[in-house]
Amino acid sequence: MTVTAERLSTAPDPERPRPQRLAFVRNSWRQLTSMRTALLLLFLLALAAVPGAFLPQRGLNPVRVQEYFAEHPDLAPVLDRFSLFDVYAAPWFAAVYLLLFVSLVGCVIPRTRLHLLALRTPPPPAPARLERLQAADRWTTSAEPAAVLQAARRELRGWRTTERDGALSAERGYLRETGNLLFHLSLVALLVGIALGGLFGFQGTALVIEGRAFSSTVALYDDIRPGRQFAPEDLVPFGFSLDDFRADYDDDGRALNFEADVTWTPDAGDPDAGEQPYALRVNHPLTVDRARLYLLGHGYAPHLKLVDAAGEVAFDQPVACLPQDVNFLSSCVVKVPDATGEQYAFEGVFTPTTVPDPETGRVTSVHPAPDLPALTLVGYTGDLGLGTGASQSVYRIEDRDRLEPLDDGRPRLLEPGDTWTLPDGATLTWVDTPEWVTVQVTQDPGKTLALVASVTMIGGLLLSLFVRRRRVWVRVRPAESDAAPGTTVVEVGGLSRTAAEAFAAEFESITERLRTTTAAAPPRGDT
Amino acid sequence: MTDAAWADLSDATVTVAVLLYAVAMLALAGEQAARASARTGSRASRRAAAEAARRATAERTRVMAGVGGPSLPETASPPAGAPERARASRAGRLGMALALLGLAVHTVSVVTRGLAVDRVPWGNMYEFSSAAALSAVAIFVVLVARRVVDRGLGAFVLLPVVLTLGLASSVLYTPAGPLVPALNSYWIKIHVAAAVLCTGAFLLSGVVAGLYLLRDSADSRLAAGSPLRFPLSLGPSLPTARSLDRAAYAVIAFAFPLWTFAIIAGAIWAEAAWGRYWGWDPKETWSFITWVLYAGYLHARATAGWRGTRAAWIAVAAAVALTINYYVVNIFVVGLHSYA
Ligand code: HEM
Repeated sequence: MTVTAERLSTAPDPERPRPQRLAFVRNSWRQLTSMRTALLLLFLLALAAVPGAFLPQRGLNPVRVQEYFAEHPDLAPVLDRFSLFDVYAAPWFAAVYLLLFVSLVGCVIPRTRLHLLALRTPPPPAPARLERLQAADRWTTSAEPAAVLQAARRELRGWRTTERDGALSAERGYLRETGNLLFHLSLVALLVGIALGGLFGFQGTALVIEGRAFSSTVALYDDIRPGRQFAPEDLVPFGFSLDDFRADYDDDGRALNFEADVTWTPDAGDPDAGEQPYALRVNHPLTVDRARLYLLGHGYAPHLKLVDAAGEVAFDQPVACLPQDVNFLSSCVVKVPDATGEQYAFEGVFTPTTVPDPETGRVTSVHPAPDLPALTLVGYTGDLGLGTGASQSVYRIEDRDRLEPLDDGRPRLLEPGDTWTLPDGATLTWVDTPEWVTVQVTQDPGKTLALVASVTMIGGLLLSLFVRRRRVWVRVRPAESDAAPGTTVVEVGGLSRTAAEAFAAEFESITERLRTTTAAAPPRGDT
Repeated sequence: MTDAAWADLSDATVTVAVLLYAVAMLALAGEQAARASARTGSRASRRAAAEAARRATAERTRVMAGVGGPSLPETASPPAGAPERARASRAGRLGMALALLGLAVHTVSVVTRGLAVDRVPWGNMYEFSSAAALSAVAIFVVLVARRVVDRGLGAFVLLPVVLTLGLASSVLYTPAGPLVPALNSYWIKIHVAAAVLCTGAFLLSGVVAGLYLLRDSADSRLAAGSPLRFPLSLGPSLPTARSLDRAAYAVIAFAFPLWTFAIIAGAIWAEAAWGRYWGWDPKETWSFITWVLYAGYLHARATAGWRGTRAAWIAVAAAVALTINYYVVNIFVVGLHSYA
């Protein structure tokens, strides 16, 4: 049944095709586009979204998913089989919303046709008995019928009117249905915008240390999430150098502000492209053409220098340490494969405001600002196992089999500028402490469409919820009895499907004014 | 005044507001109870009413559907309720006056909190709860003034308000302080302001829809001649099912576009802060679920067989989803939104 069309429109139903023997396909189509199906699909959509709010999601937090697998080794693979860690990319989730949108399109197209028809059709003729309508009024006046109708037309300015057989039909509020259609079509446009972003978009993150540069090339990102149809040449080739990073904290260690000064160029491959400074902050991304650059996180990167026993500089660079808690106690790993003779490795923690933990005796950090920085390292020497060809994380020592701890594995606490002389005569010096930031680069070609669709969606919604579709009829005829010659009977009736009280008030004010104006009209026969 | 003095004033006034609301709630509940007893009169007349109900006719059903609730006990017993009714109305007026006073004091609390922290006063769960409760009471007062709802609902509306505020100023209390940088944006003002307003409105519509269900099933039990037990016995003194349905719709029709706007403003903010406008963060997911449920409510009201009871259940379910979004997600689920 086309319940929808009926419900929506207070306009006359166009001739509906006579029921025929319906084919199965048509029947299913009607089912799918019925209001009830739309409702059920809406609930299904709400329901389908729930598991993703309780289970960790790969797209959001892959580490939590791994932890979940470790905690629930039996359950997790089963859940995974049903895509419950990728709910919003799951086929069953897509099935629900695609069905909903097919239903929506199947519902909106015929309604648009009906609405366009209604817009071209004059309001329907007055019903025979106006006094039976939701709102009705009746009075007599000495004004002429034609004058009353003219006054009524003036009163109903802004309404769509038509006159038939001494009766005026007026209707207004077509924007309600226009708004409703606009709203539903905007939903479709929004989905298209989201899909464009998903297919042709790009997202990549990278860690950049103060004093270094980065250019937006697929290979230089630490992690990328390209859309299925994304081509590497779609990347905006911009680049930037990180000149300075500042973080401000209050006394309790709460962050007040982060700011990264960058110098950027629209085309990293073109030296003539020009450079400009920008202060990158949270909530203040840098826009370069279709790409946006965001500041995501930050941390410390102590610069270490290792001179091996032969006097060669084997290592001389900042090491990005990963924050482990709110006070930026950060874990650091240093691998020195290039020394003559043995290779070296160090692991430990960087603490920006260092105090020894009274219980464990270990160092800890009590504030995120670098007020009393220290590095606590354990050293190893031997073979890092890099020769196997397997790729290794720079943040972890993965193969300890052929490594010997230095100093029996006793941790060594360094302060900035300190030099640690290793047993074999090599020296490790902490030169200084630049900071690092993680940035994200996003390209989303569907974003603008999604935004525009969202705005028209709200507009359509407001129209559809607050415009009232209503009709008023005014019928005039000379009084039938001879008792009062020269009087005109005015009958007014009206109806509205929504907001009965508001309509009652409007109707009353219309009839009230009409009564007054026609009372003031010159009496019949004077003209 | 110093920031600390503003903060103290804010803390003191919120306590006063809770007390005022609580007393207002009792007074309004007193009015409801007095009205109910005025209607039923004595035990004897209640028995007579039950007997009359047993001889239920179609006529009575028709009367009950009309404005003003079932007039059946009145016809069944002599009009013994006149003094009770006067007392009831006095309690009701007192309750409403206290609620208005509470609203004023509560407004002072929210505003002074803003002065104490030099920013919008909805930056953490304590502040958000207080502002949302303020919005619920303010919208309720507006609806009473515009005669969309009866002040008698006040008792039911103020109960969750008092609970919310009580919870906020004890468990969720956060001393006045600055915002984390991610929240430091003018979008927060817009996004969260809209969310606060909607949360208050949806809380209200959830209560009204719940009362609709209560009234509706009380009506059908009465029509079937079955006795009413608590909580259904509250039903007959409530406004008519029809007017409750209309009130719930009015509130949701107001709040739904605003909620849509709040989500979009949030998406714009997320785009600027986190580099994507939508990421299925738990908070975003629950907002989406809530939005879809309210869209379902509006649809249901236009679908044959879904108006009335089923639509009201959806409104209640959506309000529950909203509550989950607020308490469960903020407190127990880790996400980008865990700012409190
Ligand atoms: C993504 C899916 C959908 C959403 C989120 C949605 C949402 C809404 C909302 C919020 C309203 C109330 C505001 C308004 O009147 O504009 C509404 C009304 C309406 N929708 Fe949908 N809708 C969806 C799909 C559909 C489908 C598939 C149909 C067709 C079966 C449909 C038919 C209608 C009709 C006829 C109304 C007007 C009801 C009335 O007369 O008040 N919608 N929709």
